[in-house]
Amino acid sequence: MSQDNIKVLIAKPGLDGHDRGAKVIARGLKEAGMEVVYTGLRQTPEQIVKAAVQEDVDVIGLSILSGAHGELFPVIMDKLTESGRNDVLVLAGGTIPDDDHQKLKDIGIREIFKPGTSIAKIVDFIRQEMDE
Amino acid sequence: MIMEISAEGVRSGDERIIARVISQVENQRQQVFPLLKELYRSTELAYLVGITGPPGSGKSTLVEKLVLSWTAEEEKVAVIAIDPSSEFSGGALLGDRIRMGKISTEKNVFIRSMATRGYLGGLNPAIFDTVVVLSAAGYQKVVIETVGGGQNEIDIVRLADTTLVVTVPEAGDEIQTFKAGLMEAGDIFVLNKADQPTASRMELILKQMLEMNDSENHSSDNSNWEVPIVKTVGTEGEGIEELRRAVMQHRDFLSRSRKERYNHSRVIRNHVVHLMEEFLRNHYIDPLLESSAFQEILAGISARKTDPYTAVEQLLKSFNKEQGKHEN
Repeated sequence: MSQDNIKVLIAKPGLDGHDRGAKVIARGLKEAGMEVVYTGLRQTPEQIVKAAVQEDVDVIGLSILSGAHGELFPVIMDKLTESGRNDVLVLAGGTIPDDDHQKLKDIGIREIFKPGTSIAKIVDFIRQEMDE
Repeated sequence: MIMEISAEGVRSGDERIIARVISQVENQRQQVFPLLKELYRSTELAYLVGITGPPGSGKSTLVEKLVLSWTAEEEKVAVIAIDPSSEFSGGALLGDRIRMGKISTEKNVFIRSMATRGYLGGLNPAIFDTVVVLSAAGYQKVVIETVGGGQNEIDIVRLADTTLVVTVPEAGDEIQTFKAGLMEAGDIFVLNKADQPTASRMELILKQMLEMNDSENHSSDNSNWEVPIVKTVGTEGEGIEELRRAVMQHRDFLSRSRKERYNHSRVIRNHVVHLMEEFLRNHYIDPLLESSAFQEILAGISARKTDPYTAVEQLLKSFNKEQGKHEN
Protein backbone atom coordinates (compact mmCIF):
# COMPACT_ATOMS: atom_id res chain seq x y z
CA MET A 1 0.00 0.00 0.00
CA SER A 2 2.53 2.53 -1.13
CA GLN A 3 1.46 6.14 -0.68
CA ASP A 4 3.38 7.19 -3.72
CA ASN A 5 2.06 4.99 -6.47
CA ILE A 6 2.95 6.88 -9.61
CA LYS A 7 0.19 6.55 -12.20
CA VAL A 8 1.14 6.75 -15.86
CA LEU A 9 -0.90 6.85 -19.05
CA ILE A 10 0.82 5.35 -22.09
CA ALA A 11 -0.95 6.52 -25.23
CA LYS A 12 -0.59 5.98 -28.97
CA PRO A 13 -2.02 9.04 -30.72
CA GLY A 14 -3.19 8.99 -34.30
CA LEU A 15 -2.91 6.53 -37.13
CA ASP A 16 -0.01 4.36 -36.19
CA GLY A 17 -0.26 0.59 -36.04
CA HIS A 18 2.86 -0.24 -34.11
CA ASP A 19 2.79 -0.48 -30.33
CA ARG A 20 5.56 -2.90 -29.46
CA GLY A 21 7.60 -0.03 -28.03
CA ALA A 22 4.67 1.38 -26.06
CA LYS A 23 3.96 -2.05 -24.59
CA VAL A 24 7.60 -2.59 -23.62
CA ILE A 25 7.63 0.78 -21.86
CA ALA A 26 4.29 0.04 -20.15
CA ARG A 27 5.63 -3.26 -18.89
CA GLY A 28 8.93 -1.73 -17.79
CA LEU A 29 7.22 1.01 -15.80
CA LYS A 30 4.93 -1.56 -14.20
CA GLU A 31 7.95 -3.58 -13.15
CA ALA A 32 9.37 -0.41 -11.62
CA GLY A 33 6.26 -0.29 -9.40
CA MET A 34 4.13 2.19 -11.32
CA GLU A 35 0.47 1.80 -12.20
CA VAL A 36 0.27 2.04 -15.96
CA VAL A 37 -2.89 2.62 -17.97
CA TYR A 38 -2.51 1.63 -21.60
CA THR A 39 -5.23 2.81 -23.97
CA GLY A 40 -4.31 0.92 -27.12
CA LEU A 41 -3.74 2.05 -30.69
CA ARG A 42 -5.21 4.90 -32.72
CA GLN A 43 -6.29 7.24 -29.96
CA THR A 44 -7.62 10.70 -30.68
CA PRO A 45 -6.32 13.65 -28.61
CA GLU A 46 -9.80 13.81 -27.01
CA GLN A 47 -9.57 10.17 -25.90
CA ILE A 48 -6.07 10.64 -24.49
CA VAL A 49 -6.93 13.77 -22.52
CA LYS A 50 -10.21 12.32 -21.24
CA ALA A 51 -8.36 9.21 -20.04
CA ALA A 52 -5.72 11.39 -18.36
CA VAL A 53 -8.43 13.35 -16.53
CA GLN A 54 -10.58 10.38 -15.46
CA GLU A 55 -7.60 8.28 -14.41
CA ASP A 56 -6.00 11.29 -12.67
CA VAL A 57 -2.55 10.31 -13.92
CA ASP A 58 0.72 11.93 -12.90
CA VAL A 59 2.48 11.22 -16.17
CA ILE A 60 1.51 10.82 -19.85
CA GLY A 61 3.86 8.99 -22.21
CA LEU A 62 3.07 9.61 -25.87
CA SER A 63 4.45 7.04 -28.28
CA ILE A 64 4.48 7.93 -31.94
CA LEU A 65 6.11 6.44 -35.01
CA SER A 66 3.96 7.98 -37.73
CA GLY A 67 5.67 11.37 -37.99
CA ALA A 68 2.48 13.24 -37.07
CA HIS A 69 3.83 14.48 -33.73
CA GLY A 70 3.95 18.05 -35.05
CA GLU A 71 0.19 17.89 -35.72
CA LEU A 72 -1.07 15.85 -32.79
CA PHE A 73 1.08 16.85 -29.83
CA PRO A 74 0.07 20.55 -29.84
CA VAL A 75 -3.61 19.51 -29.92
CA ILE A 76 -3.08 17.19 -26.96
CA MET A 77 -1.23 19.88 -25.00
CA ASP A 78 -3.97 22.44 -25.72
CA LYS A 79 -6.69 20.06 -24.61
CA LEU A 80 -4.79 19.24 -21.43
CA THR A 81 -4.67 22.95 -20.62
CA GLU A 82 -8.38 23.33 -21.43
CA SER A 83 -9.13 20.46 -19.04
CA GLY A 84 -7.08 22.06 -16.31
CA ARG A 85 -4.54 19.27 -16.32
CA ASN A 86 -1.45 21.02 -17.66
CA ASP A 87 0.23 19.95 -14.42
CA VAL A 88 0.72 16.46 -15.85
CA LEU A 89 4.27 15.48 -16.77
CA VAL A 90 4.21 14.76 -20.52
CA LEU A 91 6.94 12.68 -22.14
CA ALA A 92 7.30 11.48 -25.70
CA GLY A 93 9.03 8.63 -27.43
CA GLY A 94 9.27 6.92 -30.80
CA THR A 95 10.73 8.14 -34.04
CA ILE A 96 10.91 11.89 -33.60
CA PRO A 97 13.68 13.67 -35.55
CA ASP A 98 16.20 15.59 -33.41
CA ASP A 99 15.31 18.80 -35.24
CA ASP A 100 11.77 18.66 -33.82
CA HIS A 101 12.72 18.12 -30.17
CA GLN A 102 13.02 21.78 -29.23
CA LYS A 103 9.67 22.65 -30.80
CA LEU A 104 7.98 19.94 -28.73
CA LYS A 105 9.74 21.04 -25.56
CA ASP A 106 8.54 24.57 -26.23
CA ILE A 107 4.91 23.43 -26.07
CA GLY A 108 5.48 21.74 -22.73
CA ILE A 109 6.69 18.23 -23.47
CA ARG A 110 9.32 17.76 -20.80
CA GLU A 111 11.50 15.15 -22.46
CA ILE A 112 11.76 13.13 -25.65
CA PHE A 113 13.26 9.67 -25.42
CA LYS A 114 14.83 8.33 -28.57
CA PRO A 115 14.84 4.68 -29.68
CA GLY A 116 17.36 2.70 -27.67
CA THR A 117 16.78 4.60 -24.40
CA SER A 118 16.98 2.25 -21.46
CA ILE A 119 13.87 1.81 -19.36
CA ALA A 120 15.94 2.52 -16.25
CA LYS A 121 16.72 5.97 -17.60
CA ILE A 122 13.00 6.71 -18.15
CA VAL A 123 12.11 5.39 -14.69
CA ASP A 124 14.79 7.57 -13.08
CA PHE A 125 13.61 10.60 -15.01
CA ILE A 126 9.99 10.12 -13.92
CA ARG A 127 10.94 9.53 -10.27
CA GLN A 128 13.11 12.64 -10.21
CA GLU A 129 10.38 14.80 -11.70
CA MET A 130 7.80 13.40 -9.26
CA ASP A 131 10.05 14.18 -6.30
CA GLU A 132 10.18 17.84 -7.23
CA MET B 1 -4.43 23.28 -10.62
CA ILE B 2 -6.87 24.90 -8.27
CA MET B 3 -9.89 22.76 -7.73
CA GLU B 4 -12.40 22.57 -4.96
CA ILE B 5 -12.35 19.14 -3.40
CA SER B 6 -15.73 19.15 -1.69
CA ALA B 7 -19.01 17.29 -1.59
CA GLU B 8 -20.54 19.97 -3.85
CA GLY B 9 -17.65 19.54 -6.26
CA VAL B 10 -18.27 15.80 -6.48
CA ARG B 11 -22.03 16.26 -6.86
CA SER B 12 -21.49 18.83 -9.61
CA GLY B 13 -20.17 15.99 -11.76
CA ASP B 14 -16.87 17.71 -12.59
CA GLU B 15 -14.72 14.83 -13.84
CA ARG B 16 -11.48 16.35 -12.58
CA ILE B 17 -12.82 16.57 -9.05
CA ILE B 18 -14.29 13.06 -9.14
CA ALA B 19 -10.98 11.71 -10.48
CA ARG B 20 -8.96 13.52 -7.83
CA VAL B 21 -11.21 12.33 -5.00
CA ILE B 22 -10.88 8.75 -6.23
CA SER B 23 -7.08 9.17 -6.15
CA GLN B 24 -7.37 10.35 -2.55
CA VAL B 25 -9.58 7.37 -1.78
CA GLU B 26 -6.76 5.18 -3.12
CA ASN B 27 -3.75 7.04 -1.72
CA GLN B 28 -4.67 9.43 1.12
CA ARG B 29 -7.42 7.58 2.83
CA GLN B 30 -7.31 9.33 6.21
CA GLN B 31 -7.67 12.74 4.59
CA VAL B 32 -10.69 11.74 2.52
CA PHE B 33 -12.78 10.13 5.26
CA PRO B 34 -14.51 13.40 6.29
CA LEU B 35 -15.64 13.86 2.68
CA LEU B 36 -16.76 10.22 2.39
CA LYS B 37 -18.80 10.60 5.59
CA GLU B 38 -20.61 13.57 4.12
CA LEU B 39 -21.14 11.93 0.73
CA TYR B 40 -22.36 8.61 2.09
CA ARG B 41 -25.14 10.09 4.19
CA SER B 42 -26.62 12.04 1.32
CA THR B 43 -26.22 9.45 -1.41
CA GLU B 44 -28.22 6.54 -2.65
CA LEU B 45 -25.79 3.93 -3.90
CA ALA B 46 -25.75 3.28 -7.63
CA TYR B 47 -26.91 -0.04 -9.02
CA LEU B 48 -23.82 -2.23 -9.10
CA VAL B 49 -23.22 -4.61 -11.96
CA GLY B 50 -20.22 -6.95 -11.60
CA ILE B 51 -18.66 -8.62 -14.60
CA THR B 52 -16.00 -11.28 -14.41
CA GLY B 53 -14.55 -14.08 -16.50
CA PRO B 54 -11.25 -15.44 -17.78
CA PRO B 55 -8.72 -13.24 -19.61
CA GLY B 56 -9.63 -12.75 -23.25
CA SER B 57 -13.28 -13.73 -22.81
CA GLY B 58 -14.43 -10.32 -24.03
CA LYS B 59 -15.49 -8.64 -20.79
CA SER B 60 -14.35 -5.14 -21.74
CA THR B 61 -16.00 -5.36 -25.16
CA LEU B 62 -19.27 -6.49 -23.55
CA VAL B 63 -19.01 -3.66 -21.02
CA GLU B 64 -18.54 -1.18 -23.86
CA LYS B 65 -21.66 -2.39 -25.68
CA LEU B 66 -23.78 -2.73 -22.54
CA VAL B 67 -22.82 0.76 -21.36
CA LEU B 68 -23.75 2.15 -24.79
CA SER B 69 -27.18 0.54 -24.48
CA TRP B 70 -27.66 2.31 -21.13
CA THR B 71 -26.36 5.70 -22.20
CA ALA B 72 -28.74 5.50 -25.17
CA GLU B 73 -31.45 5.74 -22.50
CA GLU B 74 -29.82 8.81 -20.94
CA GLU B 75 -28.34 6.94 -18.01
CA LYS B 76 -25.06 8.04 -16.45
CA VAL B 77 -22.78 5.04 -16.11
CA ALA B 78 -19.38 4.57 -14.49
CA VAL B 79 -16.98 1.69 -15.01
CA ILE B 80 -14.38 0.56 -12.49
CA ALA B 81 -11.94 -1.72 -14.30
CA ILE B 82 -9.80 -3.68 -11.88
CA ASP B 83 -6.53 -5.38 -12.73
CA PRO B 84 -4.12 -7.17 -10.42
CA SER B 85 -1.06 -5.48 -8.92
CA SER B 86 2.27 -7.22 -9.28
CA GLU B 87 3.24 -8.86 -6.01
CA PHE B 88 6.89 -8.15 -6.67
CA SER B 89 6.98 -4.55 -7.85
CA GLY B 90 3.59 -3.29 -6.66
CA GLY B 91 3.06 -1.93 -10.17
CA ALA B 92 0.13 -2.78 -12.41
CA LEU B 93 -0.75 -2.78 -16.07
CA LEU B 94 -4.28 -1.46 -16.53
CA GLY B 95 -5.40 -2.30 -20.06
CA ASP B 96 -9.18 -2.41 -19.99
CA ARG B 97 -9.59 0.92 -21.74
CA ILE B 98 -8.19 -0.66 -24.91
CA ARG B 99 -11.56 -2.31 -25.65
CA MET B 100 -13.69 0.59 -24.49
CA GLY B 101 -12.84 3.07 -27.23
CA LYS B 102 -16.45 3.80 -28.13
CA ILE B 103 -17.43 4.90 -24.64
CA SER B 104 -14.15 6.60 -23.77
CA THR B 105 -15.38 10.05 -24.80
CA GLU B 106 -19.11 9.67 -24.03
CA LYS B 107 -20.13 12.54 -21.80
CA ASN B 108 -22.23 10.38 -19.46
CA VAL B 109 -19.54 7.75 -18.97
CA PHE B 110 -16.70 7.75 -16.46
CA ILE B 111 -14.08 5.01 -16.68
CA ARG B 112 -11.56 4.45 -13.95
CA SER B 113 -8.87 1.75 -13.89
CA MET B 114 -7.81 0.50 -10.48
CA ALA B 115 -5.13 -1.90 -9.31
CA THR B 116 -5.96 -4.45 -6.60
CA ARG B 117 -2.83 -3.39 -4.64
CA GLY B 118 -2.61 -6.81 -3.04
CA TYR B 119 -4.78 -5.78 -0.14
CA LEU B 120 -4.33 -8.03 2.85
CA GLY B 121 -7.50 -9.68 4.06
CA GLY B 122 -9.41 -9.55 0.79
CA LEU B 123 -11.03 -6.71 -1.04
CA ASN B 124 -9.37 -3.32 -1.14
CA PRO B 125 -11.85 -1.08 0.71
CA ALA B 126 -11.02 1.72 -1.75
CA ILE B 127 -13.24 0.00 -4.32
CA PHE B 128 -16.41 0.41 -2.28
CA ASP B 129 -15.42 3.98 -1.36
CA THR B 130 -15.01 4.71 -5.07
CA VAL B 131 -18.55 3.43 -5.60
CA VAL B 132 -19.74 5.92 -2.96
CA VAL B 133 -17.96 8.77 -4.76
CA LEU B 134 -19.33 7.79 -8.18
CA SER B 135 -22.85 7.39 -6.78
CA ALA B 136 -22.66 10.86 -5.25
CA ALA B 137 -21.49 12.21 -8.61
CA GLY B 138 -24.77 11.05 -10.13
CA TYR B 139 -23.80 7.81 -11.86
CA GLN B 140 -26.86 5.58 -11.72
CA LYS B 141 -25.09 2.40 -12.65
CA VAL B 142 -21.57 1.37 -11.76
CA VAL B 143 -19.99 -1.56 -13.56
CA ILE B 144 -17.14 -3.32 -11.77
CA GLU B 145 -15.03 -5.36 -14.14
CA THR B 146 -12.46 -7.86 -12.96
CA VAL B 147 -10.54 -10.84 -14.29
CA GLY B 148 -12.12 -13.97 -12.90
CA GLY B 149 -10.63 -16.85 -10.99
CA GLY B 150 -9.16 -15.85 -7.67
CA GLN B 151 -10.66 -15.10 -4.28
CA ASN B 152 -10.21 -11.38 -4.74
CA GLU B 153 -12.44 -11.49 -7.80
CA ILE B 154 -15.14 -13.35 -5.93
CA ASP B 155 -15.04 -10.68 -3.21
CA ILE B 156 -15.38 -7.97 -5.81
CA VAL B 157 -18.24 -9.76 -7.48
CA ARG B 158 -20.00 -10.05 -4.12
CA LEU B 159 -20.26 -6.28 -4.01
CA ALA B 160 -22.47 -6.27 -7.04
CA ASP B 161 -26.27 -6.37 -7.15
CA THR B 162 -26.17 -8.25 -10.44
CA THR B 163 -23.16 -10.33 -11.40
CA LEU B 164 -22.37 -11.41 -14.95
CA VAL B 165 -20.00 -14.35 -15.37
CA VAL B 166 -18.57 -14.40 -18.88
CA THR B 167 -17.28 -17.51 -20.55
CA VAL B 168 -16.38 -18.51 -24.10
CA PRO B 169 -16.84 -21.68 -26.19
CA GLU B 170 -13.15 -22.55 -26.10
CA ALA B 171 -13.17 -22.53 -22.31
CA GLY B 172 -14.33 -26.16 -22.62
CA ASP B 173 -13.84 -28.21 -19.50
CA GLU B 174 -11.92 -25.36 -17.96
CA ILE B 175 -15.21 -24.08 -16.68
CA GLN B 176 -15.41 -27.09 -14.38
CA THR B 177 -12.51 -25.54 -12.50
CA PHE B 178 -14.26 -22.22 -11.97
CA LYS B 179 -14.18 -21.56 -8.31
CA ALA B 180 -17.32 -22.80 -6.69
CA GLY B 181 -17.94 -19.34 -5.31
CA LEU B 182 -17.91 -17.86 -8.77
CA MET B 183 -20.49 -20.32 -10.07
CA GLU B 184 -22.77 -19.41 -7.18
CA ALA B 185 -22.11 -15.69 -7.50
CA GLY B 186 -23.20 -15.60 -11.13
CA ASP B 187 -26.70 -14.14 -11.56
CA ILE B 188 -26.38 -14.23 -15.33
CA PHE B 189 -24.05 -16.36 -17.41
CA VAL B 190 -22.82 -14.85 -20.64
CA LEU B 191 -21.59 -17.18 -23.37
CA ASN B 192 -19.59 -14.76 -25.47
CA LYS B 193 -18.12 -15.44 -28.94
CA ALA B 194 -21.25 -17.54 -29.47
CA ASP B 195 -20.76 -17.53 -33.25
CA GLN B 196 -18.08 -20.16 -32.87
CA PRO B 197 -19.03 -23.70 -33.92
CA THR B 198 -18.44 -25.18 -30.48
CA ALA B 199 -20.80 -22.71 -28.80
CA SER B 200 -23.78 -25.07 -28.55
CA ARG B 201 -21.67 -27.71 -26.87
CA MET B 202 -20.47 -25.15 -24.35
CA GLU B 203 -24.04 -24.03 -23.75
CA LEU B 204 -24.97 -27.60 -22.91
CA ILE B 205 -22.06 -27.91 -20.45
CA LEU B 206 -23.10 -24.65 -18.82
CA LYS B 207 -26.72 -25.73 -18.51
CA GLN B 208 -25.72 -28.98 -16.90
CA MET B 209 -23.45 -27.21 -14.45
CA LEU B 210 -26.16 -24.73 -13.52
CA GLU B 211 -28.66 -27.53 -12.97
CA MET B 212 -26.20 -29.34 -10.76
CA ASN B 213 -25.58 -26.14 -8.87
CA ASP B 214 -29.32 -25.71 -8.38
CA SER B 215 -29.88 -29.14 -6.95
CA GLU B 216 -26.89 -28.79 -4.62
CA ASN B 217 -27.84 -25.40 -3.29
CA HIS B 218 -31.47 -25.42 -2.26
CA SER B 219 -30.80 -22.68 0.22
CA SER B 220 -28.69 -20.45 -2.04
CA ASP B 221 -29.55 -16.80 -2.62
CA ASN B 222 -30.67 -17.67 -6.09
CA SER B 223 -33.29 -20.22 -5.04
CA ASN B 224 -36.04 -18.37 -6.89
CA TRP B 225 -33.96 -16.90 -9.66
CA GLU B 226 -33.35 -19.08 -12.66
CA VAL B 227 -29.87 -18.14 -13.85
CA PRO B 228 -30.12 -17.42 -17.56
CA ILE B 229 -27.43 -18.14 -20.14
CA VAL B 230 -27.23 -15.25 -22.60
CA LYS B 231 -25.37 -15.87 -25.85
CA THR B 232 -23.50 -12.88 -27.25
CA VAL B 233 -21.03 -11.89 -29.94
CA GLY B 234 -19.59 -8.83 -28.24
CA THR B 235 -17.60 -7.52 -31.19
CA GLU B 236 -20.76 -7.52 -33.37
CA GLY B 237 -23.12 -6.31 -30.68
CA GLU B 238 -25.20 -9.50 -30.98
CA GLY B 239 -27.14 -10.50 -27.89
CA ILE B 240 -26.51 -7.19 -26.12
CA GLU B 241 -30.22 -6.33 -26.06
CA GLU B 242 -30.95 -9.74 -24.48
CA LEU B 243 -28.18 -9.11 -21.96
CA ARG B 244 -29.53 -5.65 -21.13
CA ARG B 245 -32.96 -7.18 -20.59
CA ALA B 246 -31.57 -9.99 -18.42
CA VAL B 247 -29.89 -7.42 -16.16
CA MET B 248 -33.17 -5.51 -15.93
CA GLN B 249 -35.10 -8.69 -15.09
CA HIS B 250 -32.63 -9.57 -12.36
CA ARG B 251 -32.99 -6.10 -10.92
CA ASP B 252 -36.78 -6.46 -10.94
CA PHE B 253 -36.42 -9.84 -9.28
CA LEU B 254 -34.25 -8.33 -6.53
CA SER B 255 -36.64 -5.52 -5.78
CA ARG B 256 -39.69 -7.84 -5.83
CA SER B 257 -38.05 -10.31 -3.46
CA ARG B 258 -36.45 -7.58 -1.30
CA LYS B 259 -33.11 -9.19 -1.97
CA GLU B 260 -31.73 -5.87 -3.14
CA ARG B 261 -31.84 -4.67 0.43
CA TYR B 262 -30.43 -7.94 1.60
CA ASN B 263 -27.51 -7.45 -0.78
CA HIS B 264 -26.98 -3.89 0.43
CA SER B 265 -26.92 -4.88 4.06
CA ARG B 266 -24.43 -7.64 3.32
CA VAL B 267 -22.22 -5.26 1.33
CA ILE B 268 -22.32 -2.67 4.08
CA ARG B 269 -21.50 -5.27 6.71
CA ASN B 270 -18.48 -6.42 4.66
CA HIS B 271 -17.32 -2.86 4.18
CA VAL B 272 -17.49 -2.05 7.88
CA VAL B 273 -15.40 -5.15 8.57
CA HIS B 274 -12.90 -4.13 5.87
CA LEU B 275 -12.60 -0.62 7.29
CA MET B 276 -12.01 -1.97 10.78
CA GLU B 277 -9.31 -4.30 9.47
CA GLU B 278 -7.72 -1.39 7.65
CA PHE B 279 -7.80 0.76 10.78
CA LEU B 280 -6.29 -1.94 12.96
CA ARG B 281 -3.57 -2.59 10.43
CA ASN B 282 -2.67 1.09 10.00
CA HIS B 283 -2.85 2.10 13.65
CA TYR B 284 -1.69 -0.98 15.49
CA ILE B 285 -0.13 -3.68 13.36
CA ASP B 286 1.97 -1.73 10.83
CA PRO B 287 3.57 0.65 13.41
CA LEU B 288 4.39 -2.37 15.52
CA LEU B 289 6.17 -4.14 12.67
CA GLU B 290 8.62 -1.23 12.49
CA SER B 291 9.42 -1.21 16.20
CA SER B 292 12.52 -2.68 17.82
CA ALA B 293 10.32 -4.17 20.55
CA PHE B 294 8.70 -6.35 17.89
CA GLN B 295 12.10 -7.50 16.62
CA GLU B 296 12.99 -8.48 20.17
CA ILE B 297 9.80 -10.47 20.53
CA LEU B 298 10.53 -12.28 17.25
CA ALA B 299 14.05 -13.04 18.43
CA GLY B 300 12.63 -14.32 21.68
CA ILE B 301 10.29 -16.64 19.82
CA SER B 302 13.18 -17.90 17.67
CA ALA B 303 15.22 -18.63 20.77
CA ARG B 304 12.21 -20.31 22.43
CA LYS B 305 12.34 -17.89 25.34
CA THR B 306 8.72 -17.24 24.55
CA ASP B 307 6.26 -18.64 22.02
CA PRO B 308 4.05 -17.06 19.35
CA TYR B 309 0.89 -17.65 21.37
CA THR B 310 2.05 -15.90 24.50
CA ALA B 311 3.59 -13.13 22.41
CA VAL B 312 0.28 -12.43 20.67
CA GLU B 313 -1.61 -12.39 23.98
CA GLN B 314 0.82 -9.82 25.35
CA LEU B 315 0.74 -7.72 22.18
CA LEU B 316 -3.04 -7.59 22.24
CA LYS B 317 -2.95 -6.46 25.87
CA SER B 318 -0.59 -3.64 24.91
CA PHE B 319 -2.99 -2.68 22.09
CA ASN B 320 -5.76 -2.31 24.64
CA LYS B 321 -3.64 0.11 26.65
CA GLU B 322 -2.76 1.97 23.44
CA GLN B 323 -6.42 2.26 22.61
CA GLY B 324 -7.07 3.92 25.95
CA LYS B 325 -4.52 6.56 24.96
CA HIS B 326 -5.99 6.88 21.50
CA GLU B 327 -9.40 7.73 22.84
CA ASN B 328 -7.95 10.53 24.93
